Amino acid sequence: MATVRVLVGTRKGAFILTSDERRRDWTVDGPHFAGWEIYHITGTPSDPNRIYASQTSGWFGQVMQRSSDGGKTWEAAGNDFTYNGEAGTHKWYDGSQHPWEFKRVWHLEPSLNDPDSVYAGVEDAGLFQTRDGGQTWQELPGLRAVKGDLWQPGAGGMCLHTILLTPGNPNRMFVAISAAGAFRSDDAGQTWRPVNEGLRSDYELPDAEAEVGHCVHSIAMHPSRPETLFMQKHWDVMRSDNGGDLWREVSGNLPSDFGFPIAVHAHEPETIYVVPILSDSYHYPPEGKLRVYRSRTGGESWEALTDGLPQENCYVNILRNAMTVDTLESCGIYVGTTGGQVYVSADAGDHWMAIVRDLPPVLSVEVQLLP
Amino acid sequence: MRIQVALPTHLRTLAGVSGPVQLDVVEPVSQRAVLDALEAAYPMLRGTIRDPATKQRRAFVRFFACGEDLSDEPLDRPLPDEVVTGKQPYRVIGAMAGG
Repeated sequence: MATVRVLVGTRKGAFILTSDERRRDWTVDGPHFAGWEIYHITGTPSDPNRIYASQTSGWFGQVMQRSSDGGKTWEAAGNDFTYNGEAGTHKWYDGSQHPWEFKRVWHLEPSLNDPDSVYAGVEDAGLFQTRDGGQTWQELPGLRAVKGDLWQPGAGGMCLHTILLTPGNPNRMFVAISAAGAFRSDDAGQTWRPVNEGLRSDYELPDAEAEVGHCVHSIAMHPSRPETLFMQKHWDVMRSDNGGDLWREVSGNLPSDFGFPIAVHAHEPETIYVVPILSDSYHYPPEGKLRVYRSRTGGESWEALTDGLPQENCYVNILRNAMTVDTLESCGIYVGTTGGQVYVSADAGDHWMAIVRDLPPVLSVEVQLLP
Repeated sequence: MRIQVALPTHLRTLAGVSGPVQLDVVEPVSQRAVLDALEAAYPMLRGTIRDPATKQRRAFVRFFACGEDLSDEPLDRPLPDEVVTGKQPYRVIGAMAGG
């Protein structure tokens, strides 16, 4: 029977949750890096025991951690994220230009086949890569060349939070940035172009259909359908069926189309999940009910999943890196909340249980299956 | 010279030490020489006290010694004798900003 290992990043450390594939009884290990913010902790597809973590602090800056034994022991890796060449400026909250300044690593995306190769999405938004297991990091500067002076920070900062690699096509990558939008590379990250046509940001941008500047919160892809992308934007749930060339709204009957994460079922490419949040100024679920919404039609038609989730007095948020799915035959869904709960559904969202209830605010959730 | 450096809790944990660290620092013993020696002995601390590229003190880090705040003193100025002789530690402090 496989072991399920859930990697949880929180405001005050990392936690490792393990179970068998029934996903009913769990062991909680942590905190690792106690007292530090762990924006993201994730394993590598080609070596599950190689785990990387982004450890940050307002006092002491960025530390990168690497484990080669599944999180039992750790070693500090390289933490020099110097932008390539002249860093330049981007738009600030008040519309003025502001210098590009590295703050932290938001997201780590290991290569699909090399545990020493990892992409890092950082704030202020940029894309870095290591090919030596995290000892050194080099920027892929072509991304910021795409009208970077027009990018601006969202409420959470100007962060590159989503990196999608394309199975079978190492040249194609997608990233998403708040608030710059979605971008695609077809040459392994050397050059990029915005893929935001069809997005509308009536309340955030003077030109609602601008080429860049949209506050994209998360993008997801099913590995069997790399041309189809699903997006949770600041407002609106969107999909594209041509690799981001054109998006259309699929918010349908959601109670709110504001939210942060979006995920795709491991075995059903048209089954997707979002967690509606009341609005950008509330950042908690409508009616105080935590409801994951599932669409089995690739959007438009949504059903609320509530069994086992709090349906009264619940005012937590689910952040953009805090929902994921496993690849067991009965697909598991995992969400972590700003209230410190990590919930699992072992049956694609029909029933939920709390793995743990009182962690620090959860920033990220990833899952691994171990033989 | 043998210098004592006291680190804040999170940096002690990161460095894997439980108390003040002892460093051999070449004379003249300045803040820069101590910080260079600290980062050479404990490379996992690089970037946590000073920016890795500019070597500027991080905004929420302070340097104290002998009851004085040396955070904005010139980095190449010699440290007090009590620090140079190891009687007093050079203190790296996380600025008070936690409520």
